Amino acid sequence: MNSEAVAVRDLVKRFGTFTAVDHITFSVRSGEIFGFLGPNGAGKSTTIRMLCGIIIPTSGSGHVLGFDLFTESERIKQSIGYMSQKFSLYLDLTPKENIRFYLGIYRVPPDSWDARMEWVFKATRLESVRDRPTGELPPGWRQRLALGCALLHRPRLLFLDEPTSGVDPLTRRHFWAFIRELTREGVTVFVTTHYMDEAQHCDRIVMINAGQIVAMGQPAEIVRKTLPDRPRADLGDAFVALMRKGRP
Amino acid sequence: MSWLRIKELVRKEFIQVFRDRRNRPILVVSPLIQLILFGYVVTTDVRDIRMGVVDHSKTPESRRLLEAFDANPTFRILYRLEDPRALDRLLLRRRVDLGIWIPPGFQATLRKGKSAAVQIIADGSMSNMAGVRIAYASSVVEAYNMRVLQKRYRRKIDFGEIDLRVRTWYNPNLDSQFYYVPGIVAFLVMLLTLLLTSMAVVREKEAGTMEQLIVTPLKPSEMILGKTIPFILIAQAQMILVILFALAWFRIPMKGSAVLLLGATGLFLLSTLGIGLFISTVSRTQQQAVMTNFFFIIPFFMLSGFVFPIANMPFVVRVLTHLDPLRHFLVIIRGVFLKGTGIAVLWPQFLEMAILGGLVFIGAVSRFRKRLD
Repeated sequence: MNSEAVAVRDLVKRFGTFTAVDHITFSVRSGEIFGFLGPNGAGKSTTIRMLCGIIIPTSGSGHVLGFDLFTESERIKQSIGYMSQKFSLYLDLTPKENIRFYLGIYRVPPDSWDARMEWVFKATRLESVRDRPTGELPPGWRQRLALGCALLHRPRLLFLDEPTSGVDPLTRRHFWAFIRELTREGVTVFVTTHYMDEAQHCDRIVMINAGQIVAMGQPAEIVRKTLPDRPRADLGDAFVALMRKGRP
Repeated sequence: MSWLRIKELVRKEFIQVFRDRRNRPILVVSPLIQLILFGYVVTTDVRDIRMGVVDHSKTPESRRLLEAFDANPTFRILYRLEDPRALDRLLLRRRVDLGIWIPPGFQATLRKGKSAAVQIIADGSMSNMAGVRIAYASSVVEAYNMRVLQKRYRRKIDFGEIDLRVRTWYNPNLDSQFYYVPGIVAFLVMLLTLLLTSMAVVREKEAGTMEQLIVTPLKPSEMILGKTIPFILIAQAQMILVILFALAWFRIPMKGSAVLLLGATGLFLLSTLGIGLFISTVSRTQQQAVMTNFFFIIPFFMLSGFVFPIANMPFVVRVLTHLDPLRHFLVIIRGVFLKGTGIAVLWPQFLEMAILGGLVFIGAVSRFRKRLD
């Protein structure tokens, strides 16, 4: 078994003349929570979309769960879960119908559907609204449903694209407790965020700016390296310092 | 290809189509209302001709001519006027469709054995209708002439004339509803499948649900089947519903095979679903999709021969009509409905529709796949 869930080398994505992701190289260890930080437009979503097989990289090389990014995107898709920053389940279906739909799409064997459904409802605490239209649920509840649907087929790697934007602090705390629990079961979590306090939950992080990696390592380590003369600085201070450095 | 995935896609699509309250009338009520409306509105029959008459002769001869019009159920004399200029005003205000002016010397000229002039004024702003009205009026005058001649020579005139015995087959009363209603059925099926298919895909793009589907191992071919099978079923059900209604309400005869008609619908859907998929690849929002739909619907309607006869079109346009799936479907649907024709006669239409549908569908599918990849 490969101990690296994700490994990319010199990955580039260009849209026309614009280079969204510019030669990035990093790896994600199995079972860790890996944070991907950067300001808006830094290339976070583009990177996550390349790793999920939604868009094809312009150049470079990479593996996700041992499958090649360029040639084995179908196998990657079967083994990963993905939750986008924008809610992307069906608002006119009920949670139960949404779950059933994705059980079918991931070809989870139908005889285990009932068990999976019970597991999801328990994990996401949505049992009481299983037959209500999803559109009537508050944002935090929808987010839980989206997370549940992304886990139906027991993915080994979970991609979360700004999972907690627009969610209240209490729900966010629950969310991170749940994510921590998932990693105990061996799931690797790849998360993008621009909440610095959330980045503290990550085992390791990468910071990118204008498509390039500007820092990599454990959160505390990054703060120490970036601002050695300010012992009380936090990750937010380091982030600001790093983003400024990139500009003339 | 996984049947489980396709089954769940179809299931989801059906839930969405029928859950949306706005869709329910679109699926059942609106086709029937449109059929009724179109069935009565789209008719070129001239049934009621309103007349204004100016009789300056005021003689038994002129009265007999006017009585000939009055006795005919198609004509209605609404105004008897003194001033011919008043006719102009009535025609302008569209109070009458036809004016007739009998000049003062009418009786005297006839009695001298000469031809007397009578003026008929028609509203030519609707040229087709005017033509039909003039023809009807001429035939009334013709019959009057015949009687004048017979009276003069006191015997039946039957020397060496050509006696026409006209029979119209397939639609004995030349009822234009017979002609248009089957066409409307075809048009409605086209409208519905184009709109529903393109919307079903574009809605997912707009709502962002497409992105979630793209990160699943779902294959483009499964996606396409999942998005078209529901509309094939809905269109066929609608076809049956609308046909039954046309038979019951308009009493259109159904002489041919219903199975053949549903088969033809299947081939026709290949084109409309293909175009629907194509539209979904060029539109980002549902609004764009609707506008693009009209870009196809209007030319298809114009070139189909639904209202405007293809035989009258210039050569180049006539060739273009072969690219219109509705044109072939109309020939089939009219043939099967009114004449009871079978595949032995209609095979060229079936073939053209199959080739056209096949090409359109394959083209749309390959474009659709590229967009998803």
